[in-house]
Amino acid sequence: MDKNMKILIVDDFSTMRRIIKNLLRDLGFSNTHEADDGQTALPMLKNGDFQFLVTDWNMPGMTGIDLLKAVRADEKLSTLPVLMVTAEAKRDQIIEAAQAGVNGYVVKPFTAQALKEKIDKIFDRVG
Amino acid sequence: MTAQIEDIQEDFIAELKECAKLLTEKLQANQFEEASELIQTITHSRDQHIFQAVGKLTRGLHDAIVNFHVDVDLSNEPPKVENSDIHDASDRLNYVIDITQKAANRTMDMVDQAAPIAMNLGQEANTLRDEWARLKRREMTPNEFRELYDRIDGFLGQMVVGTTQLNENFQNIVLEQGFQDLTGQVLKKVIGLIKDVEKDLVSLVRMAGQVEEITGLGGDAEVVEHDKEIFTKRKTEAEGPQMHAADRKDVVASQDEVDDLLSSLGF
Repeated sequence: MDKNMKILIVDDFSTMRRIIKNLLRDLGFSNTHEADDGQTALPMLKNGDFQFLVTDWNMPGMTGIDLLKAVRADEKLSTLPVLMVTAEAKRDQIIEAAQAGVNGYVVKPFTAQALKEKIDKIFDRVG
Repeated sequence: MTAQIEDIQEDFIAELKECAKLLTEKLQANQFEEASELIQTITHSRDQHIFQAVGKLTRGLHDAIVNFHVDVDLSNEPPKVENSDIHDASDRLNYVIDITQKAANRTMDMVDQAAPIAMNLGQEANTLRDEWARLKRREMTPNEFRELYDRIDGFLGQMVVGTTQLNENFQNIVLEQGFQDLTGQVLKKVIGLIKDVEKDLVSLVRMAGQVEEITGLGGDAEVVEHDKEIFTKRKTEAEGPQMHAADRKDVVASQDEVDDLLSSLGF
């Protein structure tokens, strides 16, 4: 796994972005960037050769699930690994995210261990 | 309110029945003039009934709106809500977001500041322990010993400064948790308001129901269809942390359940 890969963290709460950023740094990933909703994230993704997307679901503007769908629909971004980190925990939502092509799903509040496991699993698969 | 309207309804029906009986009598007796007068009475009574019921409803509606904790300034276009309890509640909730965010940031600042201190002290202690072990095994030259002697001196100094800083940060982190008390008070106040508003809303809905009853309005099939649409949409709509997740079948209660669900979907 390339520890220097470019990661985009999307969450509307700056504290949550900071928590995720810190956890990623502890895991050795320090090339992280931030956006506060899907609308800001999408143009960044389109222009920015990101290799990994970590996104919340519930955000004003454009939600994480819509961002995921937009990413999968975009020719250039369609294979970008996406990890959803969210408080949304309804079965129908998880199924919707899975069908939309999410690569991992972590429910908040989460542990550093859970985040690490999901990231490892995603990159084991993606290679 | 409901009882009053039912009374009006009953009086009206009783009068209607009385008139109907009289009307049949008059018609059978060929007294057409009196019959036509009776019909006029019936029409008048019906209008009267509707006026009374609508009047009662309007008064009730007015009271409900006044009680609704909303000060709407209707002279503005669009109407502005100012100085109302609802407006006040929004301010209070924004305050909760603000203060919790500040507390979280300050706590993380303090941890960020403390972590390198603890790490450096740990690293230095590790090195010194190895050196100390060499000294105990008598593997040290007098020169190395002098170096170790100075290094321990320096380390003790770092320890004093470092642990003072760490203690201060720990204490500040504890103090930061005071937001719990402040936000708790604000949230309790807002919960009280929501309960009041709910009560008023219920009486508004009840009154709207009576309007439908009196005027004979209300498309049931359409309403049911609309309710269904809302319900379906709600299934995947984002709503933040789930309440009572452990008791709900449509909600997962832990990361393990998420993993199980995803693996059942072939993940």
